Amino acid sequence: MNRIEVEKKVLNENQILAEQLRERYRQLGVLCINLISAPGSGKTALLERTLERMDKGSRVAVLTGDLQTENDAKRLAKFGFPVKQITTGGTCHLDAKMIGKHLEDWKLEDLDLLIVENVGNLVCPSSYDLGEDAKIVLLSTSEGEDKPLKYPSIFLKSELMLLTKIDLLPYVPFNADVARENARRVHPQMEIIDVSSTTGEGLDRWMEWLRARQERAKAKLQTATVPH
Amino acid sequence: MHELGIAASILESVQSEALRHPGGRITKVGVKIGELCGVDRDALQFGFEVLVKDTEWEPVVLDLEYIPRVQRCSKCAHQFRMTDFDPQCPQCGEFLTDCIGGEELDIAYMEVDE
Ligand SMILES: Nc1nc2c(ncn2[C@@H]2O[C@H](COP(=O)(O)OP(=O)(O)OP(=O)(O)O)[C@@H](O)[C@H]2O)c(=O)[nH]1
Ligand SMILES: [Mg+2]
Ligand SMILES: [Zn+2]
Repeated sequence: MNRIEVEKKVLNENQILAEQLRERYRQLGVLCINLISAPGSGKTALLERTLERMDKGSRVAVLTGDLQTENDAKRLAKFGFPVKQITTGGTCHLDAKMIGKHLEDWKLEDLDLLIVENVGNLVCPSSYDLGEDAKIVLLSTSEGEDKPLKYPSIFLKSELMLLTKIDLLPYVPFNADVARENARRVHPQMEIIDVSSTTGEGLDRWMEWLRARQERAKAKLQTATVPH
Repeated sequence: MHELGIAASILESVQSEALRHPGGRITKVGVKIGELCGVDRDALQFGFEVLVKDTEWEPVVLDLEYIPRVQRCSKCAHQFRMTDFDPQCPQCGEFLTDCIGGEELDIAYMEVDE
């Protein structure tokens, strides 16, 4: 019997593809974000409000994942930016290969921001790197405050948590302080923004976060291309 | 439930390793499962067994090693096992500590009968 030390990621193939995507984004100064939440926490609604607030000439595109149906893409296509639906046909997450395939007929160099809406699921998407600069997790006030403790993986891997549907706070038995505290117990450095896609509360802060991140992606590009 | 997909990825790794050992047989594959990797060990074990059943890979044993979450203090660099989601450094009391272990979903080793 012979023991071979392997030491590679189980999802090595996905990781390699994700790193290739990340490198392409980096070279072009594209910011890619990956939105993850349980089904129905408000990913598409947030993107509707986000696209609505973008200047007409913004170089933004959206890939939206779902098990079935093109509904989310239809909702998002209204704003005039390129949108593509990825239907996974039963797979509960997006992977880097699906992203690469759906980017084939888009020119990445024409984009500044690529938004990926993952399949509604708090578990599986956390295992699959899509080459994004940042994962963003959404937790809505109609869920439990203990979600971060029950699904720590995604809360740990996300840079930003959006506490969504805060317009419902007066009507639901949801303690926002406890939810934020739980998120920070899992991930002490977590940034948190409260938003409501219905009333628009908090959306300015969210747009500001996006803008700052885009500037960072561009700044990295400039330092990388300055000749010596 | 993505454990079946993960099981399939493990089996693919076993198969490609097997190609490098003509005449040999892989008998065991060791996989590290971090506390935070989002994979259920029982479901993965079950998924793997379903996948290899009645195939030439049926004799391959899947050995899952659980890796707990470990934090490193940003102030004093002390490393500690994190329990009850308490991020505070037990040595100096700092709250800003970084996760340095527990996210593994890695193939660690394989055993081959040559
Ligand atoms: N009150 C309130 N309802 C909201 C808000 N955001 C979304 N909703 C509602 O929540 C439901 C689900 O919203 P979606 O945006 O479709 O959620 P999603 O995360 O994209 O859902 P999946 O893609 O299916 O996972 C819809 O009925 C929305 O109208 C909000 O800020 N406040
Ligand atoms: Mg949606
Ligand atoms: Zn310390």
